[in-house]
Amino acid sequence: MQTDDRSLMRAKFAPSTEKPKHAGMSRRSLLATAALLITTSGATAKVVTKVLPWRPNEVYPVTPVVPGGWLFFTADEAAVVDAIVDRLIPADELGPGAKEAGVTTFIDRQLTGPYGGHDWLYMQGPFSSNPLPTQGLQSPLTPRQQYRQGLAALSAYCKANFGGRGFTDLNNEEKEKLLSGMEKGDVKFEGFSSRMLFNAVYANTMEGFFADPIYGGNKDMAGWKLIGFPGVRYDFRDVIDNPNKPYTLPPVSMQGRQAWGER
Amino acid sequence: MARRLPRKDVAIVGLGWTGSIMALELARAGLEVVAIERGPWRDTATDFNIGTAPDELRYAVRHDIFLRPRQETLTMRNNSSQAALPIRRWGSFLPGNGVGGAGSHWNGQTWRFLPDDLRIRSHLTERYGAGFLPEGNQIQDWPMSYDELEPFYDKFEYVLGISGKAGNLKGEVQPGGNPFEGVRSREYPTPPMKQGYSQELFTKAASGMGLHPFPRPSANLSTAYTNPYGCSMAPCTYCGFCERFGCSNYSKSSPQTCVLPALVREPNFEARTECEVTKVNLSGDGKMAKSVTYIDANGEEWEQPADLVLLCAYGLFNVRLMLLSGIGKPYDFSSGEGVVGRNYAYQTGSGATAFFENVNFNPFAAAGSLGAALDDYNSDNFDHGPHGFVGGASITNAYTNGRPIMYRPTPRGTPTWGSAWKKAVRDTYQRVTNVGAQGSVMSYRANYLDLDPTYKDQLGRPLMRMTFDFQPNEIKMANWMAERCEEIAKAMGAKTTQLNRLTTPWNVVPYQSTHNTGGAVTGADPKTSAVNRYLQSWDVANVFVMGACTFPQNAGYNPTGTVGALTYWALDAIQNKYLKSPGALVQQ
Repeated sequence: MQTDDRSLMRAKFAPSTEKPKHAGMSRRSLLATAALLITTSGATAKVVTKVLPWRPNEVYPVTPVVPGGWLFFTADEAAVVDAIVDRLIPADELGPGAKEAGVTTFIDRQLTGPYGGHDWLYMQGPFSSNPLPTQGLQSPLTPRQQYRQGLAALSAYCKANFGGRGFTDLNNEEKEKLLSGMEKGDVKFEGFSSRMLFNAVYANTMEGFFADPIYGGNKDMAGWKLIGFPGVRYDFRDVIDNPNKPYTLPPVSMQGRQAWGER
Repeated sequence: MARRLPRKDVAIVGLGWTGSIMALELARAGLEVVAIERGPWRDTATDFNIGTAPDELRYAVRHDIFLRPRQETLTMRNNSSQAALPIRRWGSFLPGNGVGGAGSHWNGQTWRFLPDDLRIRSHLTERYGAGFLPEGNQIQDWPMSYDELEPFYDKFEYVLGISGKAGNLKGEVQPGGNPFEGVRSREYPTPPMKQGYSQELFTKAASGMGLHPFPRPSANLSTAYTNPYGCSMAPCTYCGFCERFGCSNYSKSSPQTCVLPALVREPNFEARTECEVTKVNLSGDGKMAKSVTYIDANGEEWEQPADLVLLCAYGLFNVRLMLLSGIGKPYDFSSGEGVVGRNYAYQTGSGATAFFENVNFNPFAAAGSLGAALDDYNSDNFDHGPHGFVGGASITNAYTNGRPIMYRPTPRGTPTWGSAWKKAVRDTYQRVTNVGAQGSVMSYRANYLDLDPTYKDQLGRPLMRMTFDFQPNEIKMANWMAERCEEIAKAMGAKTTQLNRLTTPWNVVPYQSTHNTGGAVTGADPKTSAVNRYLQSWDVANVFVMGACTFPQNAGYNPTGTVGALTYWALDAIQNKYLKSPGALVQQ
């Protein structure tokens, strides 16, 4: 689950593929019905009047991702995604790459949440087969379908074009050439757009490498350290008061820093 | 079958900036007020908590607090010969949802339009002749003057506590402020924000070029402030999580920080959240609104009768609700007749990226409204004669954030991945800044809103269709502005610069601006406007329409300051004219 169950409940006409924790009832609506009165003639709206509906310690945190195993990917799929993200952001003298930073775990967990099913997006048809380039996303395929079908198509392509080898068996030069071809759309997979797969992995890799580590990627804030983003310190008045000076404090994530002890 | 609820004096659709202000003032005037909001309740302590708020993935990328397109979206196309398709995922603009609306997740840049902007057709015609206006335009004067709006701009700014420096106090130009601005009756409520190193360079360079830079007016407050409603705010910490986020610090002016704490104390006010208004029901002759119909969180339908109905949703959705309810004649592109959906406009974005060496711009130390701006090229502050376009842009050097999923610029031509990309991202982050031009968009016959013939929402009601593209006048203007930006960037000492021209045709994918204007414009003539000068529907006298949907065209500024001023202006008319004698405030 990448965000709270309440968010799903909030989109009241947006049934999710994910079941909220309390069947049909979010924590917020439990509180709301407990705290708020039935209106005249029994309307069931969440009614706010006379006091702010505020409860101490009521926040909506995300559930931290615990690495280990795969919730969406098969082991073979995960190995291929690992190999792709490793080429997109490789480990080198500048530091860890996407693979070391846990980006594959990040993608796996994202795909099991509302993002993976495009749960919040407008997914009603008809789906146009020839949209204008200016009209953006028009595919009926959810991210879960894109990965499942796209990785299968990539696998078949590799088997057919690299003497029966899979993507993970290719050397770095072969992998990079193939990824470049997918990025440009020059490589034709059987029954799937190679570019769509590339774009999905590329976008998710950048998200995972630079998002808060709570989502399973950006391990040890590797992405933030690379560029010098100090994270969620939420107070940079000292920086504004000292223009053009290097920032020397280490980054902080929503869960703090490892040096502050494991949680 | 909707169940009927007891009558209220006022039903407000949407509880953002305009709805909360209307609700507070009318409840205080003794009226029974209900606000019906389709999103959830949101407040700082729970929804914008510091332990969860600074989450770029959740809020900026996955759009947690925005309207879910599954609930409502629009279809779009660039011109009327094309087939519109739904905006399945937000991109170019990001409509809000829930209590606070876009006022929760905005950056906070709070401008006044210039006096010339409000009489733009007359002004341009007087100065350049009618033939100078662009082909196909429907540019209109606003039906009220800057001087009439000034007290209401002032009121809105004092409720928000805006941080800035006046440039024109009672006719006297003030050093350090914007010399082009309209006359202000008093100084900003709080002093300007501090600026970063990049803004120092910009201010020095622009001043050296004879331009007039100033700190831009900000709803991220420089100091603690208590507003006239008794709501207190804390100083901004330059955390860099403003636009797309709620503020944990009580530093960003929003309905949550500035209005709701006072509003909920009013005993005759009630908010119903997670309730979507589906229709305004009219009397048999169509001249009065009787009630609004809404669907609650359980999918049950209710009818709320009210004497006065205020449309305070996001501007685009006010227009759709008017079209679905039959309030005003829909705009028909082929005949050019009708008013609801007419004169949709937007905002241009162009500029220059500047790459430096050996600097630490620290882009993460930022705020939504931090920045230095200049107005020398805005509106008609310069002679357009030689250039062949109308309109202008505010030019700004700013850091709103340095959040790395979305902000990691590299020079054009850099590989998009691999070790070379990695090195470029690392080497560029601290040494790049941007000089940007946010430009006006005029109104045209070809840019409009209507109901889509194909796509529906989950309740089976037609989505609204947006037909929009940047016209030659705007392309010319924005690209000329980009060159001005590049001149300034070079004068700042940039080692290299990149020109960022306006991207055409308008594309729904990259984020551009949530400054959607028009569709229910205010005007003096009911043939070319949906609401009169008091934002009252010409056709249904007990319906008033708030928001940027009332702008006849868009100026080179962020709209919220003017949206707020118009709200207080309309409120004044409701309190002092309408409630004393309900009916049309302007005779046709």
